[in-house]
Amino acid sequence: MESHLVGVVGVKPLYRVNEAGQLADKIFQIWVEAPHVARHALAGQFLVIRIDEHGERIPLTVSAVSGDLVRIIFMAVGKTTHQLSTLKAGDLIRDVAGPLGRPSEIGKHGTCVVVGGGAGIASCPIIARAARDAGNRVIGIIGARNAGYLILEDEMREACDDLLIATDDGSRGYHGFAADVLKGVIAERKVDCVWIIGPAIMMKVTSEVTRPKGIRTFVSLNPIMVDGTGMCGSCRVRVGGETKFACVDGPEFDAHQVDFDLLMQRQRTYFDEEKASLERYHEHLCRCGEGGHHG
Amino acid sequence: MSTCAGAGKAVTMGERPAWERIRDFSEVDCGLSAEEAVAEAERCLQCKKPSCVRGCPVEIDIPAFIARIAEGDFSGAARIIKEDNLLPAVCGRVCPQEVQCEGACLLGAKEKPVRIGELERFVADHERKQGLVIPSVAEPTGKRVAVVGSGPAGLTAAAELARAGHMVTVFESLHEPGGVLMYGIPSFRLPKDVVQAEIDQLRGMGVEILTNHLAGASIPVAELYAYDAVFIGTGAGLPFFMNIPGEQLNGVYSANEFLTRVNLMHADRFPEYDTPVRHAGRVTVVGGGNVAMDAARVARRFGARVTLVYRRREEDLPARRAEVIRAREEGIEFELCANPVRILGTNFVTGVECVRMEMCDIDESGRPEPSPVAGSNFVIDADMVIQAIGQGPNPLLIRKMEGISYGRKGNIVVDEEGRSSLEKVFAAGDVATGAATVILAMGGAKKAARAIDRMLREEEQGR
Repeated sequence: MESHLVGVVGVKPLYRVNEAGQLADKIFQIWVEAPHVARHALAGQFLVIRIDEHGERIPLTVSAVSGDLVRIIFMAVGKTTHQLSTLKAGDLIRDVAGPLGRPSEIGKHGTCVVVGGGAGIASCPIIARAARDAGNRVIGIIGARNAGYLILEDEMREACDDLLIATDDGSRGYHGFAADVLKGVIAERKVDCVWIIGPAIMMKVTSEVTRPKGIRTFVSLNPIMVDGTGMCGSCRVRVGGETKFACVDGPEFDAHQVDFDLLMQRQRTYFDEEKASLERYHEHLCRCGEGGHHG
Repeated sequence: MSTCAGAGKAVTMGERPAWERIRDFSEVDCGLSAEEAVAEAERCLQCKKPSCVRGCPVEIDIPAFIARIAEGDFSGAARIIKEDNLLPAVCGRVCPQEVQCEGACLLGAKEKPVRIGELERFVADHERKQGLVIPSVAEPTGKRVAVVGSGPAGLTAAAELARAGHMVTVFESLHEPGGVLMYGIPSFRLPKDVVQAEIDQLRGMGVEILTNHLAGASIPVAELYAYDAVFIGTGAGLPFFMNIPGEQLNGVYSANEFLTRVNLMHADRFPEYDTPVRHAGRVTVVGGGNVAMDAARVARRFGARVTLVYRRREEDLPARRAEVIRAREEGIEFELCANPVRILGTNFVTGVECVRMEMCDIDESGRPEPSPVAGSNFVIDADMVIQAIGQGPNPLLIRKMEGISYGRKGNIVVDEEGRSSLEKVFAAGDVATGAATVILAMGGAKKAARAIDRMLREEEQGR
């Protein structure tokens, strides 16, 4: 029997926001219903979201899962993250793809240190927990510009055997960088494996601490991505002199092999466009009176 | 849709002039009018043993549908085509007809071959305007088939299997189905509403399409194996880079990235759409295939002066003939018998250093093997470089499928009917053949789908 194609429209998947809130200055969390991601995601993996039909695809770490829900944590820095920060429970996200990337190499290493900086702390509890479940002793170090930017302190305390805190301005914990705290830890005891996750410059500086001792150190790289499945090479990075695609070969790599300067250079590719897009978004918000500026 | 209809050319449609079309992304070729289609159809000799059919990888009954056009029965023509091909509006536009159906047409020897591609397209466009007729499907068999990838191979396999009464689920990692039809081929060659409409037919046939699902991750392989059969049509989406100095500079793109940003993410309409793309004054595109032509012509539409660098000669260009001609008309400059050796710049690209190539011994494909001429280096100014030198199969899923045989280039090894080394797992299209054409992927997928159908029916009888 033949029928005419009337009223058959593309089935548009939508992903419901279950919970949304602010964790710290400019840092937000969203729990989104995405069973295909939540059921299979492992520590270190990420997802790609697109908010609506006009949206861009952006990568975000899977920072926790619970049943069919996935948690993402992000800092509102550009247009998309600002828009994401306005979502409330019940809102819909057009696309959530994942889990993407290779999971963290969790083995029985011995003593592990998990270092998080700024919004990068979002990735830490899931790795710390996985490392501890694998039989490691886990020390957590979380650092931020000031106390107002610190997130997930309780969760990290629960996931780690020890937790150390640093702020650049001394408003909370150690007065200084996470790198200084890490230096202290490896001076005191034998450390077998380190994860460092945060802004590129923080990962670059902090991983220098472990280089002299040859301690195995992983960083989770954050280059510009489009598809996140290895089909474009936008996220290409240099590791050990070779070109790698962070979305499929990573995002975690041996910190001591990574060309961080190149990573930072490529992160700035769309600096002007990103600025213009954010300004346009804020202007639009003001005109519509839907809300004010964030941060 | 296309601006053609509004251009006031009701009778003779044809192509929009280059000066006009390079200002937008609307379709270049406006297709045939009904009168033109009938006149063209009347040229067909209605051969008893039609060689054109053998030239078509999905073996459409070409004389039969052309006869219907000549009679003015356009819907009847559409019905005939859709028995063999559910994507005629796509194939009529993107097939390299000069080496397939039209290349085999007897009239080609004396005068011009019948424009089979344009006729196929005319029929498909006509049907779409009337409302697409969803093909009938057989009684449900109760068998479930997983199709991985929704490009031309996956869509064809899904259509054939749904038609045979099987329950089909398609897993697509991107947010839109269509594969290269959506992210690769620009809208001035293949309008996206045309692709969407043909995909919606599948949904009408009961095919479930799950976007945002990366097989091997969102759907672990063990879950794929739980289906009665698995068809893999994941394509060849892994871009090759040249591995020359300077490739990591800002402004160096793979064609896949550049085209995905524009075609799938609509970066041409930034900031209305959020995805940016670099706009450059001088663009160098490396390669000579369809992907290179597409990238060059997209960059041209952003107002750039575009140079296409290809290491062989004009006659070796693998791109569809019509698109090479159109690229030239649109002002793309061709730097033939040349090859980049280095990309220049600090942070951002400023130029491409190339070397002249001379043609030496004939290689396996019958083409001369290019080799560099010492001391012939020269520089092309460029603030953007797009590499379109080919793609390989994405290893992501394949390396998770233990025991599957794959070749040196990462392609899944299959027999004539698409069977892989794993039981119940079939593959076709670029993932099996390496980067080829839309229609070859569809031809392979059709064979594989028929083999799957036979397997599932024999299984049922054996019970």
